[in-house]
Parts: sequence; C-alpha cells; structure tokens
Amino acid sequence: MLWQLFWSFFKIGAFTFGSGYAMIPMIEKEVVDRKKWFGSEDFYNHLALAQSSPGPIALNTAVFVGYRQKGWIGALTAVLGTVIPCFTIILVIAMFLGDIRGNEYVEAAFRGIRPAVVALIAVPCVRMLKPLKWPLILLGIAAALVIWQTSISPIWFIIAGAVAGIIEVLVKAPKE
Amino acid sequence: MIYLQLFLTFLKIGFFGFGGGYAMLSLIQNEVVLRHSWLTGSQLADIVAISQMTPGPIAINSATFVGYTVTGNIWGSMLATSAVCIPPLTLMIAVTIFYIKLRNNRYMEGALKWMRPILAGMIGAAALAFLNRETFTDWWSVGIFAAAFAATWFKVDATIVILLSALAGILIY
Repeated sequence: MLWQLFWSFFKIGAFTFGSGYAMIPMIEKEVVDRKKWFGSEDFYNHLALAQSSPGPIALNTAVFVGYRQKGWIGALTAVLGTVIPCFTIILVIAMFLGDIRGNEYVEAAFRGIRPAVVALIAVPCVRMLKPLKWPLILLGIAAALVIWQTSISPIWFIIAGAVAGIIEVLVKAPKE
Repeated sequence: MIYLQLFLTFLKIGFFGFGGGYAMLSLIQNEVVLRHSWLTGSQLADIVAISQMTPGPIAINSATFVGYTVTGNIWGSMLATSAVCIPPLTLMIAVTIFYIKLRNNRYMEGALKWMRPILAGMIGAAALAFLNRETFTDWWSVGIFAAAFAATWFKVDATIVILLSALAGILIY
C-alpha cells in the first residue's frame, strides 16, 4: 500500500505543470476511478478543505489522501512521492543547466502544453459545479470572476461560504 | 546560521502561502528578494519561468533552487524543500482528522455545501488568469485547449494529455 501511494504521487508530481490545480484530474482518476480509495463526493468535499488550508494545494492533497489510507506515515509517503520528481529536476537545473529556456524544441513543446494546462484546471472547476443547483452554480461563476478581477484574498469568500452554509442549516432545520 | 534562516523563511512561506501557485509569489518575492537578498529580482523571474517548464508547485521549486544557490550544496536545497512541506504535513493532518470526525455532522455538511461553489470559483479564477497572449498565442492553442478539455472530461490520463500537447507544440511551431 505504501509503495502504491508513493508511486501514484510520484507520477502525479512528475506531470503537474503550471498550477497545483492542474493535478486534480490526475489525482481524481487515480484515487477515485482507478484505486477506489474515495467516493467522488467524499473526494471533492475533502479537496475543498485542502484548498481552504494553507500550503501548496498539491501537498495538501497528497497529505489527505495519504493520511486517509495509512495514517501519518501514508501522508509522509505521498508527500515524498510528490516532491522527489520536482526536487530532482530543479536541483539538476540549479547545479548544471542554468537556464533551459532558449532551446527551440522546449519552447515549442511548452507553447503546446500551456493551453492544455488551462484545460486541466478548467475541467475540475466545471465538474465541481455540475451537480449543484443553479443558484450555487451562479455563485461559483460570480466567485471566479471576482477572485480573478480583484486582489481580495479568497480566504474571505471561503469563510463567508462556510458561515452562510451553517446559517442555512440553523434556519431551515434548527434541530433534528 | 544561514541554514537556520533558510529553514525559517521557507517554513513561513509554507505556512502563509495560500490560494496556490502565483498567490505565493509575492510572499516569496518579499522574503527571498527584498528581505534576505538571496536572489535578485531577475533571478526570481528566471525561477518563475523555469518553474512553469518543470513539474511541481512554485513554492517547492523556489525552495529547491534558492536552497542550492544560497548554500552551494544539496543539503541547503533539501532543508529548504522540507521546510515548505512541514505546514501541510502538520496542519493538513489536523484538518483531515477534523474532517473524518465531523464528516456526517449537519453543520459541517451545510458549510461544505456553500464552500464548494466558492472553491470551484477559486479554481476557475486560476484558469481565467491564463487567458492571456502568452498562453493563447493563436487559433492552434485554442484548438489544443479544446482538445485537452474534451480528453480530460472523458477521463483520458493527464500524463497523456500533457505529452500529446507537447508533441502538438513541437509539430506546429
């Protein structure tokens, strides 16, 4: 199990370009569809908390998946798997290469990768909104536009969302 | 002494960095360029460019790079990189335990129900931030985006999507 965790996150770490969010489709496929460690709803709920917690989203996700499988040793294993590929590559660049830009093949490959990365980020966004009722979908679209266009920290929106959700429970079903 | 400073600085970057990726950049710039002068502004810009071309979160990429540049050895690099990993390993484990305990609590469910569109919005904003001339250079790149979106939607492996789009880039440009 530990080896599986390490190897899953090693692959994920090695192919996450541009933004930690771009790894969500890969993690979802690996842990929900392939390994069946999580149900889809449970995965997205836990992911929401990983996003609300400080630190890079890639590491926070590795920690919660690893911890749910094998406790703190699982969390450590998943983090090592995520970090080792990028650590090695950057270290080699810092030690020997200096700068990988300027190579025309690398430049051309990245002109292809950049728009694909945007798709890898856009898909989980749509997938998170799709099962919701339309007022919540509109709220999500509004949040995306406001966070994109202003410099307000998203933490305030998350807190407001959590408070609104708790108030709704208090108003609609005070006791059960 | 320099090792202690490196450790504390990247611990701080790991703790306060929030919102993923480029939100962390101003914090990294503050600490690494302005406060400690470990790198010049243009060196940091180079790291950002390299970070876009290599896998992994920018916080880790910059820790690895700065750790090596400042000390000149692998240990500095390892120390700074592990420092960034400590906050997720402690805080996120605490959050996970909390979630497992309260998963079926109705207040928790209510809060998550309303948090979810906001967090989807955060991811959407990260995608919208790429709507620029650097990413979408021409109609080919729009086509690659559409193809990658469809492939990812139908659960094609992201590794295959990345490799094919790199190949497409080499063939087209």
